[in-house]
Amino acid sequence: MTSTLRALLGATALSAIGGIAAAETLTIATVNNGDMIRMQGLTDDFTEKTGHEVEWVTLEENVLRQRVTTDISTNGGQFDIMTIGMYETPIWGKQEWLVPLDDLSEDYDVDDLLPAMAGGLSVDGTLYAAPFYGESSMVMYRTDLMEAAGMEMPDAPTWDDIKAAAEAMTDKDNEIYGICLRGKAGWGENMAFLTAMSNSFGARWFDEDWNPQFDSPEWKATIDFYLDLMNNYGPPGAANNGFNENLALFQQGKCGMWIDATVAASFVTNPDDSTVADSVGFALAPDNGLGKRGNWLWAWALAIPAGSQKVDAAKQFIEWATSKEYIELVAENEGWANVPPGARTSLYENPEYQKVPFAKMTLDSINSADPTNPTVEPVPYIGVQFAAIPEFAGFATQTGQEFSAALAGQQSAEEALAKAQDIVNEEMEAAGYK
Amino acid sequence: MARAVTTQRKVIATAAAWTIGIAIFFPILWTVLTSFKTEAQAIADPPVWFGFDWTLENYEVVQERSNYFRFLMNSVIIAVGSTVLGLLIAIPSAWSMAFVPGKRTKDVLMWMLSTKMLPAVGVLFPIVLIARFLDLYDTHILLIVVLMLMNLPIIIWMLYTYFKEIPVDILEAARMDGASLRSEIIYVLTPMALPGIASTMLLNIILAWNEAFWTLNLTTTKAAPLTAFIASYSSPEGLFYAKLSAASTMAIAPILIMGWFSQKQLVRGLTFGAVK
Repeated sequence: MTSTLRALLGATALSAIGGIAAAETLTIATVNNGDMIRMQGLTDDFTEKTGHEVEWVTLEENVLRQRVTTDISTNGGQFDIMTIGMYETPIWGKQEWLVPLDDLSEDYDVDDLLPAMAGGLSVDGTLYAAPFYGESSMVMYRTDLMEAAGMEMPDAPTWDDIKAAAEAMTDKDNEIYGICLRGKAGWGENMAFLTAMSNSFGARWFDEDWNPQFDSPEWKATIDFYLDLMNNYGPPGAANNGFNENLALFQQGKCGMWIDATVAASFVTNPDDSTVADSVGFALAPDNGLGKRGNWLWAWALAIPAGSQKVDAAKQFIEWATSKEYIELVAENEGWANVPPGARTSLYENPEYQKVPFAKMTLDSINSADPTNPTVEPVPYIGVQFAAIPEFAGFATQTGQEFSAALAGQQSAEEALAKAQDIVNEEMEAAGYK
Repeated sequence: MARAVTTQRKVIATAAAWTIGIAIFFPILWTVLTSFKTEAQAIADPPVWFGFDWTLENYEVVQERSNYFRFLMNSVIIAVGSTVLGLLIAIPSAWSMAFVPGKRTKDVLMWMLSTKMLPAVGVLFPIVLIARFLDLYDTHILLIVVLMLMNLPIIIWMLYTYFKEIPVDILEAARMDGASLRSEIIYVLTPMALPGIASTMLLNIILAWNEAFWTLNLTTTKAAPLTAFIASYSSPEGLFYAKLSAASTMAIAPILIMGWFSQKQLVRGLTFGAVK
């Protein structure tokens, strides 16, 4: 009897100790983007508040994706928190590979997350990843060159406006090219841009029965317009240009316009790096009057893999890193222009943040993208610049290579579209969608 | 006349060697130069060559942000460990294939080489699952074994070709003098094949040092070597080429210095046989 009692007492004592949150060490996988580097610099604040230590594993984006996918699909348990995107979250959430974030504290104020972001990171209304920062795409243009050409950029331009502006600003003798766009092959590179662009031309990846649509006149119109723009007004060698290459060109004053991620705004307006910092204007991504604009929607978000042993501590970290308080902490240390954008409604209501030149256009761009209803005609998938199915990354990169080759002049638009149609058809049949 | 041709040939050969040498070395030089520039200078077009304000800022940032010595130590442990383990296995196997070839020795050699033809990613999942099962994820021992297995065919092939050139008569003489198999390998064969073993060892350390698939996929924090250190400075959204270059320079410096000092050994081992 006494021994049973003793055992019971012992167990109670143990569980009491267990109840006091023990200090844990969290391993967090992330990418080397400016906002993440700032977060790493501020982790002391988290450790002070909770006692938990943090170890960072920073990897190149594609390496991170491969590493994290391997880990999560083998239940490797190496990471307590993973930085993932809007593409992975719905797929992995559906597979039950992620811990649902449905019990975040009241202070966290889930309803404050921008609806477009929360929507893209949820499966059937359950949030699986908390947005750390969000982005859309928009037009960044040189106000001085527009002025010199006697033109004005509307806040919501059409593709014809873009073409006219590109033509007026191009001055190849002085190495100024009217427009810089992505050409480097990859589902997250040229295909992100082209897919978003195609939405505004009324095109779509699949019809409602998962038939690829690259043989449609809408896709033909998209690619023709893109190639025409780039061949006449784009920089040489554009088929190798991704985000970073175009950022370098724009900062050196070689692009009249650049349509790309809204996070680029803080780089091109930073006088330390950009030679054109004081003459950059912003406009919404163009449209063709069909009701959809050519802008995408993306979030870098924090999620907990289902295999983590430290779910409670991990949730504490996620609440800290994506909270309103964190945004204030960054503003205090690094200024309002450097806070992680695009995640919370309250940020855009903040009068201090409204003074940041690109704040309004970023919010308007994010709000005009709808991942659950991305195209003019209905589609069976979620995602603006991608289709959130596991096979997408593979075949979109292959089709991206075809369009990149077309931009490099190695094949015609028709050939590229025909090959893209075949590639996707084959993959979709093999994957059992048809 | 004959002499003039030789001189001319020599000049052409020298010029060609220098051109190729500079072409190969140029990316390394450019990386080192970039590491001393600011981020804006790093992407300047036209590029700046030497006329910039040299700065150590990138090195300071990299030093501050990551623990270089932890990554360095992991690289040393993994590269040296996998090489030593590989040699322990490869010397006896190369000996047996070179001096007591059986009917299937040639097939075995070809089969070993064929394992190098499989893309590494093809066995990623099995290896990850085995590592998880044995609880070896993110440990030195896992990396040492995996890299050893990856490089073993190369080590055996290199040693095999060196051993082949050692006259069997010398080994037989040792045997006649009553040397056991063990002392034959340790006291007769190994000293004679030392240049070959040394260059194999150096090459293998370089291969293991630069290996960037398994070292990235099988490590997290504890065993992560310099390849992970470099990978953490590559950015999809942002221009950090100067910092990336600083990290790369720090990662290649040790192996570059080692290569520099052992140049003679390396070249001798790669171009000459054992007893020529």
